[in-house]
Amino acid sequence: MRNKKNNKVLLEMKDIKIEGFADEKWHKIIKGISLTLSRGQVMGLIGESGAGKSTLGLAAMGFTRPGCKFTGGKVVFDGKNLTDMPENQRREYWGTRITYIAQSAAAAFNPAHQLIHQVIESTVRSKQKNKRDAQNDAVSLFESLQLPNSSEIGNRFPHQVSGGQLQRVMTAMAMSPRPDLIVFDEPTTALDVTTQVEVLAAMREVVKTFNTAAIYITHDLSVVAQMADTIKVLRFGEEIEEAETRKMLKSPKQEYTKTLWSVRSIQKPEIKSKNIILEMSGIDAFYGNFHVLKNVNIKLSYGRTLAIVGESGSGKSTMARVITGLLAPRNGSVKFKDKVLPAKLKNRTKDQLQKIQMIYQMADVAMNPKQTVFDIIGRPASFFTGITGKKLENRVIELLNQIDLDESFIDRYPSELSGGQKQRVCIARALAAKPEVIICDEVTSALDQIVQEGILKLLLRLQNDLNLSYIFITHDIATVKAISDEVVVMNEGEVVEQGLKSKIFSPPHPDYTKLLLSSVPEMDPDWLTNLLKKRA
Amino acid sequence: MPKSNITNYSAKIESALVYTRRSRFERFWIELRKAPLTAWIGMITVSLYIFVALFAPFIAPYGEAEVFPVPYDVWSDKHIFGTDQIGRDIYTRLIYGARNTIGIAVATTFLAFLIGGFLGLLATILRGWVDQILSRLVDVLMAIPGLIFSLVLLSVFGSTITSLIIIIGTLESTRIFRLTRSVGLNVVVMEFVEAAQLRGESLRWIITKEILPNIVPPLAAEFGLRFCFIFLLISSLSFLGVGIQPPTADWGSMVRENASLIQFAKFDIFVAITPLLPAASIAILTVAVNFIVDWFLHTSSGLKDEK
Repeated sequence: MRNKKNNKVLLEMKDIKIEGFADEKWHKIIKGISLTLSRGQVMGLIGESGAGKSTLGLAAMGFTRPGCKFTGGKVVFDGKNLTDMPENQRREYWGTRITYIAQSAAAAFNPAHQLIHQVIESTVRSKQKNKRDAQNDAVSLFESLQLPNSSEIGNRFPHQVSGGQLQRVMTAMAMSPRPDLIVFDEPTTALDVTTQVEVLAAMREVVKTFNTAAIYITHDLSVVAQMADTIKVLRFGEEIEEAETRKMLKSPKQEYTKTLWSVRSIQKPEIKSKNIILEMSGIDAFYGNFHVLKNVNIKLSYGRTLAIVGESGSGKSTMARVITGLLAPRNGSVKFKDKVLPAKLKNRTKDQLQKIQMIYQMADVAMNPKQTVFDIIGRPASFFTGITGKKLENRVIELLNQIDLDESFIDRYPSELSGGQKQRVCIARALAAKPEVIICDEVTSALDQIVQEGILKLLLRLQNDLNLSYIFITHDIATVKAISDEVVVMNEGEVVEQGLKSKIFSPPHPDYTKLLLSSVPEMDPDWLTNLLKKRA
Repeated sequence: MPKSNITNYSAKIESALVYTRRSRFERFWIELRKAPLTAWIGMITVSLYIFVALFAPFIAPYGEAEVFPVPYDVWSDKHIFGTDQIGRDIYTRLIYGARNTIGIAVATTFLAFLIGGFLGLLATILRGWVDQILSRLVDVLMAIPGLIFSLVLLSVFGSTITSLIIIIGTLESTRIFRLTRSVGLNVVVMEFVEAAQLRGESLRWIITKEILPNIVPPLAAEFGLRFCFIFLLISSLSFLGVGIQPPTADWGSMVRENASLIQFAKFDIFVAITPLLPAASIAILTVAVNFIVDWFLHTSSGLKDEK
């Protein structure tokens, strides 16, 4: 394990209770959780959304979000009680002795300032170092985080570096004042797998080098397995269990933890293709002068699932836009049941629109917040099939039953649904049109693992019952394994490889597929170490 | 350690935000109870104005254009605020003025929102050359100083109430256009609008059902502010003599007609105050409306008070 030369207790949180104000009432968010962290120790907090992970992470700094308050317990950091002291004293700790790394680095940097000034700001302000020393130190941090052009990258603005680089610059910002404690809040969730590996390795390295204690918040078990010495599982603001990482992975005690562990177990047997329902041939698509899709040919068979895998920017979503007609390709054609579809949306017939439906990644923005579930599902049903009144109501209830919800949801607004329920309603909206092909664009990426599993099972069942064909766009290899019959691997607008699932996942691989597959974190705490050794 | 009673996963029991279902009225009542003092002052003042405007014929002691023998009469029991240059009761005209000035300003604001809002949404959804043409046209209109432009147009088309409403409404709609376009652009890129487009929905459906309900709060706040500006503009036009024409009572022209009374301050302070009364009516209404708008903006922006 990590070097634990200094075992002194750094942070002690005792019976923390936090309440949040919403809808005219105070709600319990954290219901009494205790946590002890020694110097140099990394603790992983995992749980589904709403478990209170982020709230607890922030509470470690003695901070609550606006609209929340401590109602019990205390936070003792290095012998000082943070919850008792006035805010201006607490501020002395923030940004210097305790630092925070947010999920979205892009949102955490000020776009109007160069990176280096933001990285050293708190170090210089707290007078730990003068500006020149802090800058030199930042450059050496950039170097140890393996950022390219470490001496120059600081002069760039946030939009001039990639997402993975920005996340590492943010780690440098957090390390710059040499804090005793860093709170990582889902720092790699927004990154691609291949980038995630680099960022994880870099973060683990600096935390180890400076013997910094850390709280690592995530919902991805395999990630936390690489990073943490101990793992604490949370649910509904309560602690389920806490154990040393290897022990926890090998033999979880609680039932809930076991379900978390067993999530990635769905495996669909692949079925060979029969007749083609949808075909893209020779597609070249451009955004302005940027060549997004380069001579793409793919085929989708009746009642099957075609998974399209690749990193962000590989052109996956653009394929969906071409198929639906939102983006007209410069060359090539899309054929549906052997008939060429008009390239532009406005030239397509109602019947053509009806047969191909789409489900989006962010269910939040895919539903009009001012419409009820009945309006959201009922509109495509009445628009395409022409039913109204009582018939429409029955149809909506039937659709709700198909997605494992019931009629009590009919008059709810999207804001009154959980993440998984929202995505289910989006699925029902697609089903309402009675389609034959559904394009799923990263439909599970924004969800917790347990919820993901539920959605995937639902999609598989619906495919069986209604003989649907799916185009499933994702960057998650586990999801591909779970749901697909055939796979297309995309990189920079080109198809790297395509074929049956069994063929893609068994060697020999083209270089890119190999990189992609090896970057998927596994539930083995030594996975990252071994991988880095192998790649070096 | 707390017990965990999780056995089977079910989509129905997933915990969503805990919301109590409330009718629109209940939600409004909750907000109302939390309203700050300024908002209350604003609401009470505005309702008083509306009351006076609606029931002017019943409140006013005399007719709107009824002329009495003594012009520039002093304050007395018969004429509470005296009479004007041709002997009309000023108190009566103040009351009728509320009806005319506010009524015309409200109608103008509605017209401005109708034109600006509709074209703004059209530009947002269609983009391309429609957006370009409309936006550049608006730029041109906004480049010309508003007061001067309206003076020119009013002298061309004549100072009738209809032309006043149409001219000011059109000129002010440029600002509504810009606002609608910018808040609309944030909504139109959302995937639910894309979903509606993929369904083949009509332009009308997308405007009225998908976009409009999501941009109502900023537009409603703008309505209050815009009303104030239009109200002031109409009053200044009347003060300049091209706005609402006599014998229709209106606060702007009342200030102009009685302005000379100010010089009598050393003889009778009350008479000298007379021209300030309509001016004060304008000022108080503007402040009151702004109080309400501030409160509305604060609640609809979803800011939480940090405490």
